[in-house]
Amino acid sequence: MVAEQRIKEKLWIALEPTRLDVINESEKHAGHRSSPGTGESHFRILIVSPKFAGLSRVARHRMVNEALADELRGGIHALALATYAPGEEVRG
Amino acid sequence: MAEDIQAAIKKTIDDNDVVLFMKGTAKFPQCGFSATAAKILEVLGVPFKDVNVLESSALREGIKTFSNWPTIPQLYIKGEFVGGCDIMREMYQAGELHDLVCQKGIPHSHHHG
Repeated sequence: MVAEQRIKEKLWIALEPTRLDVINESEKHAGHRSSPGTGESHFRILIVSPKFAGLSRVARHRMVNEALADELRGGIHALALATYAPGEEVRG
Repeated sequence: MAEDIQAAIKKTIDDNDVVLFMKGTAKFPQCGFSATAAKILEVLGVPFKDVNVLESSALREGIKTFSNWPTIPQLYIKGEFVGGCDIMREMYQAGELHDLVCQKGIPHSHHHG
């Protein structure tokens, strides 16, 4: 829960999203050989931000990765990302 | 050592049209995200070089530095960084990955009608 809150705060500040879903999926991967078993290792993020408008997928993901650089260096093992600009069709 | 790894990665990308840096191999992926990435390329019928980053921690960290991308898998086509698993999936679903492969002149067995 702590990591989830920190992720949300950092993304709110960096990307000013109009929608932000952060789902902790660590439980689903708990049995993984490489899973650290911290309960805060696997996250799925859906983010809609005006800052993504006109940018490629790679550029959008880089913005998220940069905002979460500390977390990615530390405990986060996997990040599934879906990035949209307002007005783009959101899947899932 | 770090320079050697960067040079080795560069050479692999230069020498192969399509390279997937992944956990495990195309035949035996060791991570769900890497398995998905390999599967997408297989469905498109794109031959690719699979590089197992679990073989060396220098390589595993080296590729993250090389691409400035913190996660595995990572796809390169004709020396260009395409993205990770989520981007590959989105591009595949939108038909964009197939388009890219065509544009880059990569021989492949999958054709849209």
